[in-house]
Amino acid sequence: MATVPSVIRFDDPQVELVHGAGGKATRRLIEGLFLPALANEVLAELADAAVLEAGGLRLAVTTDAFVVKPLRFPGGSIGELAVYGTVNDLAVAGARPLGLVAAFIIEAGLPGEALRAEVEAMARAAARAGVAVVGGDTKVVEHGKADGLYIATTGVGLVDPRVRLGAGEVRPGDRILVSGPVGDHGITVLLARGELDLEADLESDTRPVFPFVEALVGAAAPGLRWMRDPTRGGVASALNELARDARVGIVLYEEAVPVRDAVRGACEVLGLDPLYIASEGQFLAVVDPAFAEAALEAVRGVPGGELAAIIGEVRAEPAGVLLAVTSYGGSRVVDMLVGDPLPRIC
Amino acid sequence: MKFVDEFRDPKLIRAAAEEVRRLADPDRHYRIMEVCGGHTHAIYRHGIKNLLPPNIELIHGPGCPVCVLPMGRIDDGLSLAERPGFIFTAFGDMMRVPGTRGSPLEYQARGADVRMVYSPLDALRLAQENPDREVVFFAIGFETTAPSTALTLMQARALGVKNFSVFCNHVLIVPAIRAILDSPDMRLDGFIGPGHVSTVIGCRPYQFIARDYGKPIVVSGFEPLDILQSLIMILRQLKEGRAEVENQYSRVVPWNGNLAALRAMAEVFELRPYFEWRGLGFISQSALKLSAAYAEWDAEVRFELPGVRVTDPKAAQCGEVLKGVLKPNQCKLFARECTPEHPVGALMVSSEGACAAYYHYVHRAAAVGR
Repeated sequence: MATVPSVIRFDDPQVELVHGAGGKATRRLIEGLFLPALANEVLAELADAAVLEAGGLRLAVTTDAFVVKPLRFPGGSIGELAVYGTVNDLAVAGARPLGLVAAFIIEAGLPGEALRAEVEAMARAAARAGVAVVGGDTKVVEHGKADGLYIATTGVGLVDPRVRLGAGEVRPGDRILVSGPVGDHGITVLLARGELDLEADLESDTRPVFPFVEALVGAAAPGLRWMRDPTRGGVASALNELARDARVGIVLYEEAVPVRDAVRGACEVLGLDPLYIASEGQFLAVVDPAFAEAALEAVRGVPGGELAAIIGEVRAEPAGVLLAVTSYGGSRVVDMLVGDPLPRIC
Repeated sequence: MKFVDEFRDPKLIRAAAEEVRRLADPDRHYRIMEVCGGHTHAIYRHGIKNLLPPNIELIHGPGCPVCVLPMGRIDDGLSLAERPGFIFTAFGDMMRVPGTRGSPLEYQARGADVRMVYSPLDALRLAQENPDREVVFFAIGFETTAPSTALTLMQARALGVKNFSVFCNHVLIVPAIRAILDSPDMRLDGFIGPGHVSTVIGCRPYQFIARDYGKPIVVSGFEPLDILQSLIMILRQLKEGRAEVENQYSRVVPWNGNLAALRAMAEVFELRPYFEWRGLGFISQSALKLSAAYAEWDAEVRFELPGVRVTDPKAAQCGEVLKGVLKPNQCKLFARECTPEHPVGALMVSSEGACAAYYHYVHRAAAVGR
């Protein structure tokens, strides 16, 4: 029986917060509104970065807007995020960053010192990521119209000629690799808001992933199929999108997914699932099984990559579905998220 | 992680599942109800069903407080969210539950001051920080959360905070179990008893289930091994012809409950003569309201509420699913009009609701022929 691709339409009466949560509603907004209205071949890929060819070179372009409350949290701040988030989107397209431009939307009343701290954080992050901020724009909005500071960054990078990535390259039998423990960033920010009387010895994992990608490409370029950074919506959302786009089934080995105890503990208390929690310094890669060991060795060989792991595999069936299996034989469907994860109390 | 990892040990789980299979009489069909929504969620989350023989059927019970709340009550609470000067507070569990004109999150998007809190004490603190605003806490939950509401109200009174009130929707587990046992279309062999509720009320209130209805009940923890051990205990009782209250979750649940919590509840609450449960109808003495001594903090006393009964959409069969008569996917609306994104019935809203759990963890796999 032939399957007819379903047509996604955006006819929601108003935009809700859920449209920004990275789950089903976000997907509907993007595929039901932006994609058909702005239709073109590059956009249709819906990759983390668009790849444009010019003069025999492949350039990756990506943009990301950062809204985070609080502006500073253990292990990072919005300024660092704005650099790492964008260079990481380039990295998972297989691209070395060439330059960034940044737009600042500043709320009147923001203390000058707070702005200075973020700009300096950006400078440090850019130096660490080996990229320059080469342009920008500032807008100031009325007091009460923004949470202090929003930053949008756009990055351009040069795609490594050895890689060809995309959901279309993914084959049954391929392995799923993650660069390290997931969910650190999401839980750190949740706890840093101070609304919960929970404390944990935990820091955001925000960092550039290019060094890991570079090692991975060096060791396994011919077997590297697809990469993504599991930010908003976490590992579950990224792999659900892959399962759908590549029309494959993906099986996660639940116990193999690295999650720090502090993250697991907070998730247990709050009724959250770490698979849906954002990371800002990790990436997922799909690798040909023949290259899986080499890929894992390469990532583990870079300082900070010691906890990388193979967490799953690609199967032909059930197409479009992400499953988590446990070593005792339990299995469950891990669906796309509906809206932000909300803590369960009662 | 201590107290979690040992109850997810694959070797122990496989051995327990083997024991369940050994104890189950192949010529018999078992219908066992897990009363608590937390168990429903855990059963799907850990894929427990895959470990059980096909003749053990788990029926999802009424123990999801969000799911059993009639829509009229949600509308009543949200009517306060729209009033100028009010701050409406609720647990995350409530934020996506639809009223007639949308969920708390949708009210928030339209401009109402709706805030998610993690404890009723957070709502009380908001009231202290905003003395010129009225802060309402939408209280839901079984005996699990009722003590925290009670303690918050005692504190509000001690501190003399006047701009704080509670819209009380606390319900009681025992009358709901009794209603299910009295329901004529109900054929159950035993119960997996609620874990969190029992930390407060203990195990004794369940004795009527064994004594008067001749059914075993085992109070259970929430990890895969807990649930399998509880099934083993139930199957042993059935095999030996016993009907008793047993406590598998003794690492947390004391037989007599938490007396301090019960005292706080007795001080602050009194029984409502009756209360409407979604799917189960009106059940006498099944819910709590604030006692006269706390009328000053009772949103139902202080504010005019619409108080309109809203019937569920006719086609929605939440009641049958809540009582375990229908499986979630046997409802006419399941996965068609009613999905987690656009829930018609509340069972689809809370992740502890049987329909949402079934949808997330089973339905999509079944849909692709797994």
